[in-house]
Amino acid sequence: MIGSQLQEGRSSLLGHVPRRIAGTALSLVLTFVGLTAVTFVIARVMPADPVLAIVGDRAHQDVYDAVYRELGLDQPLPVQYLRYLGQLFVGDLGVSIMTAQPVIDDLLRFFPATLELATVATLLGVFAGVPLGVLAAVRQGRWADHLVRIVGLFGYSVPVFWLGMLALFVFYAKLGWVAGPGRIDIFYEGMVEPVTGLILVDSALAREWDIFRNAIGHLVLPAAILGIHSFAYLARMTRHFMLEQLGQEYILTARVKGVPEGAVIWRHAFRNVLVQLITIVGLTYASLLEGSVLTETVFAWPGIGQYITRSLFNNDMNAVLGGTIVVGICFVAINMGSDLLYRLVDPRAR
Amino acid sequence: MSAVRAWLLTDIPQSRRQAQCQRFFLAWLVFRRNGSAVAGLAIVATLVAGALLAPWITASAGVTPDLGDRLHAPGSAHWFGTDELGRDIFDRVMWGSRITLYIVGLVSVIVVPIGLAIGVVAGYVGGWVDSALMRLTDVFLAFPRLILALAFVAALGPGLENAVLAIAVTSWSPYARIARAEALTLRRSDFILAARSQGIPHLRIIAGHVAPMCVSSVIVRLTLDMAGIILTAAGLGFLGLGAQPPTPEWGAMIALGREYLLDQWWVPAFPGIAILVVSLGFNLLGDGLRDVLDPKSRD
Repeated sequence: MIGSQLQEGRSSLLGHVPRRIAGTALSLVLTFVGLTAVTFVIARVMPADPVLAIVGDRAHQDVYDAVYRELGLDQPLPVQYLRYLGQLFVGDLGVSIMTAQPVIDDLLRFFPATLELATVATLLGVFAGVPLGVLAAVRQGRWADHLVRIVGLFGYSVPVFWLGMLALFVFYAKLGWVAGPGRIDIFYEGMVEPVTGLILVDSALAREWDIFRNAIGHLVLPAAILGIHSFAYLARMTRHFMLEQLGQEYILTARVKGVPEGAVIWRHAFRNVLVQLITIVGLTYASLLEGSVLTETVFAWPGIGQYITRSLFNNDMNAVLGGTIVVGICFVAINMGSDLLYRLVDPRAR
Repeated sequence: MSAVRAWLLTDIPQSRRQAQCQRFFLAWLVFRRNGSAVAGLAIVATLVAGALLAPWITASAGVTPDLGDRLHAPGSAHWFGTDELGRDIFDRVMWGSRITLYIVGLVSVIVVPIGLAIGVVAGYVGGWVDSALMRLTDVFLAFPRLILALAFVAALGPGLENAVLAIAVTSWSPYARIARAEALTLRRSDFILAARSQGIPHLRIIAGHVAPMCVSSVIVRLTLDMAGIILTAAGLGFLGLGAQPPTPEWGAMIALGREYLLDQWWVPAFPGIAILVVSLGFNLLGDGLRDVLDPKSRD
């Protein structure tokens, strides 16, 4: 998936930027229509009767029919779909059966936790993966290269939920280095005013450094576990891109001119790699945002992934589909955004 | 032995079959030099052997509880110990390999034909058909895979087959992309032109001439994706949305063993190691196959 998107990005470098942006916007719209169509179909083929869920199984037939009409189930499917889109457009995702709140409110409450986790995980992945990838490329075929390859393969192959369990066991239960599951100790719960919903930002704004430290203690392990996959991926891609650049003639020229090796690597080769990395980082960020479901379950992290799985077990379809749509939109938006950014940053695309 | 070798390496093959055997043998010679790829092949072969031989190398099917034998530590009687219901974990891991193979097999059987069909038709026919099919592919490519799989399972109900279906629906698009790219270059090649000028119908050209040429890159991609498929399936199992107990699915086993981690570490540890090793095997094998079949993409 990622390789092909990259290729597409490369082949269109000479294209006209405004036309490209229009193309991106079109595929954004198409993807959105596709996504909502799929969730709509899922809502319709759901074996449970949405009317029964509201009126209960002892309701009179007239009540049943009235609700049936009110939900628009007597309309043809395309009309129902348009109505559904209209509701989505104003942020109406229905009411959650489990929490009895509008789904959109629930999602707004749970989303910052996921955002915080995925952001820190991506940052960890970038700051560990990119330098290691550069190192592996510079020392191609030596032990550093092999080490990065092995660590990368491990990151690709390990089940994160299992690794998270083991990490909790070792670093929390045995060594006591980090705080346990959850976002923050119960003692601190609700002590900072939620401004952004991101505990790190909120506690820093309120200058509550105890809470800030406590939140970091809770965050570091799940973020590291979640970041492993993006770390492996970034290290591998950085290595690949760096090798591509280091084989170019301008690198040879720089070396012949006597430019110091450090400058050749960082100022010449890496600057060109940086542009390509934007897309990759965007893709991993988006995939972490959705991939956090399993990590959140293991670490009892009150994020959107846990919300979706819990709703799923309670047959709370509105909540599941609302969550799917919100995560889907973020996923698509980040992908397209990084694609666009790549085209704007790369001077050859101007 | 040497006669076979000479037959396989002769410069002028006498028959079509000999030429085909030679092609495989030469590829194998390249593959064999790649140590980690051979290791990957060995792991995958072990998985297949374990799944096939499960009735003979295990003492039980690992589903009947034996409460007198609960939570035994690994030892000579139970190599991987026993779980909370006294079932032998080694037996369960072995029988679980059948489920893992079943999942990856079923996903491949669904995903590859769909991806090939859409990609080859798009690349061969071109024009608006191509644009339409590729837009569709892009839409599926942009979907969040795990979340959508969750939504599908939510609609269809938890279970192994539904989990497989959910994974398949969200993962056919890269194959369509690959097949299209290959078909695009093949479309203009001379042998296709020759076939066309002989009046062979388009459908037969697509199925008999273009599609087979795309298979090798699709297989490489599939092998590299296997680990992802296994991990997603295990994740769904872990969440309780895949195979249901008492089926010895590895992800579900980890979920059940979660509460025993503190004192009986072996209950969740061994299924996790099994997942890790098998994914690693497919990744190594995929890297090796790519080097053999698609030397361009080597680092």
